[in-house]
Amino acid sequence: MRDLNLSLNQTQRVRLEAALHELQSLVPAAASAAAVTVADTIPVNQEDNILKYISLSQENTIQEDTISLFVCADELVWCRGHGTSDQDGEVVATLCGVVERVNKLVYVRTLRARYKPEVGDIIVGRVIEIAPKRWRLEINFSQDAVLMLSSMNLPDGIQRRRTAVDELNMRSIFVENDVICVSTILALSVEVDNCFIFCFSDFKSVFAYVVVLTHADTLRVINHQAEVRGFQHDGSLHLQARSEKYGKLERGQLLMVPPYLVKRKKQHFHNLAQYDVDLILGCNGFIWVGEHVLVGENVKTTEDRQKYSNEAENFTPLETRKHICRLANAIRVLSALGFTLTVELIIETAEASVSSNVEVNDMLGAEFYVQTAEREAKRRAALLRKKKGGR
Amino acid sequence: MEYVNPLTGFRVDGRRPNEMRQLKAEVGVVARADGSALFEMGNTRVIAAVYGPREIQNKGQQVNNKEALVRCEYRMAEFSTGDRRRKPKGDRRSTEISLVIRQTMEASILKDLMPCSQIDIFVQVLQADGGTRSACINAATLALADAGIPMRDIVTSCSAGYLCSTPLLDLNYVEDSAGGPDVTVGILAKMDKVTLLQMDAKLPMDTFESVMGLAIEGCKAIATYIREVLLENTKRLECQRG
Repeated sequence: MRDLNLSLNQTQRVRLEAALHELQSLVPAAASAAAVTVADTIPVNQEDNILKYISLSQENTIQEDTISLFVCADELVWCRGHGTSDQDGEVVATLCGVVERVNKLVYVRTLRARYKPEVGDIIVGRVIEIAPKRWRLEINFSQDAVLMLSSMNLPDGIQRRRTAVDELNMRSIFVENDVICVSTILALSVEVDNCFIFCFSDFKSVFAYVVVLTHADTLRVINHQAEVRGFQHDGSLHLQARSEKYGKLERGQLLMVPPYLVKRKKQHFHNLAQYDVDLILGCNGFIWVGEHVLVGENVKTTEDRQKYSNEAENFTPLETRKHICRLANAIRVLSALGFTLTVELIIETAEASVSSNVEVNDMLGAEFYVQTAEREAKRRAALLRKKKGGR
Repeated sequence: MEYVNPLTGFRVDGRRPNEMRQLKAEVGVVARADGSALFEMGNTRVIAAVYGPREIQNKGQQVNNKEALVRCEYRMAEFSTGDRRRKPKGDRRSTEISLVIRQTMEASILKDLMPCSQIDIFVQVLQADGGTRSACINAATLALADAGIPMRDIVTSCSAGYLCSTPLLDLNYVEDSAGGPDVTVGILAKMDKVTLLQMDAKLPMDTFESVMGLAIEGCKAIATYIREVLLENTKRLECQRG
């Protein structure tokens, strides 16, 4: 219940409590027993072998919370990963979370922490600064990500060395407050459309821009795709933007949810054809909902770009904008309730709001909130029954 | 004024000398912050918000490249005390308490795991009734744990005093302003290490030991409570996540 300020009346409160209680009862007891807080001892199975801790030359070379190996004689017993540390021979958690065991690795998975990047992730970022030969993006990580000019495809598409002129023209590609989508699939070097990019002065205007378009303004948010290339020596992220598969994202909303609600899957880009909407679930918790853009459109010529009157005829239709708002509100409600975000769930929630005749702005109200919780409880109960019945 | 009734042994607010005020904690109260908590010790109410680890805003402040930079700011709301405060932050007491809280939390945060980043802890006192320093440290611990920042141990803090020849645990404002000694202790609960020790006024050595021992017991009780709150919060989030 973090982002939405809801005032529930008594019945709604009771219904919500009942739904949340049902959700809790559906979870197996073992899963809830795996939760730990800071300085809790993590039980480790030591029956396999007598555990002998072979210390490296000095005590202080072993850093806490790094992956350390506990070796016994000639066999690996178990090793501890992130979120754990060793105190007096026992494994102690340094984070609040759930203990995960994968084969012989024991680690603690946090819930509400910041994004933990991995090479190969699809993330959405926002440009905050233009530095010499690079852009700095904010991606909900402990440091800002860096997108080098050399990693971007030039407007004219030629593969060449970046000159000083290119550096001066960086502003024509991305400006501050642009939203960029970073993907981490094998790059194809295809050119990127070169459209005018105007920056918004503050974040709030991203949500309002769809309305702004109707006033024949020339503001538009252009999103670019980029790739997580690797990590810099100081731990900041290096990005690349060569793939055209995602193209530019235009005309949509950027939503920020806690990263743990977005699971890493094979497919992060979803084209919801029935709404004509693109949905991108960034692994860092930034979600983009926008009008569908056809990949591989021709590059607009320079003359076209300057014809603002042409743009005026090119507005997103009202129906699409309503769908975008509905999906965005569905995501807001689901993230406030703390449910994992999957495309099916988001679509289901949006359709439920349509079938219940809930107005788009009422989706963020108390009644729809409680209804979504109840629906999710029923859905999970049905899923569990099916699984049990299937066995 | 008798702070401890000689007949019944009750204090001004009806507590026993070794009884702490009622604790109440809530995690996740500030939507925009990475971690936040609301902590109440009796009538003292404190809210803490943690932002981080995030990009260092002011490169000049960064001393050590291999560690995170921890910043802390303590302020009292204008309406937190009986008379409306004129200077909620920037006065000497607030600066001192900010420094104290920062040093206490730094002892626990594993800073080497987050190089080149900064962690901001903002604590604000909503209602002040004695023991604000301790409440702020407890709230900051909860907020840091909520934000997923790795810590060595849970840091808790409690104050104790000595009035009418009795060590008293968890002084409220009336007892605090009596002018007697006020010992504030902050410990790493499981590791049993002291990170904060402050005292006003004077105490003979043996009395000091008993007062400090009482405060440490209070800290351990708070640690148990905080652990329960965090555990329950984690379980709830995990259940709802599905």
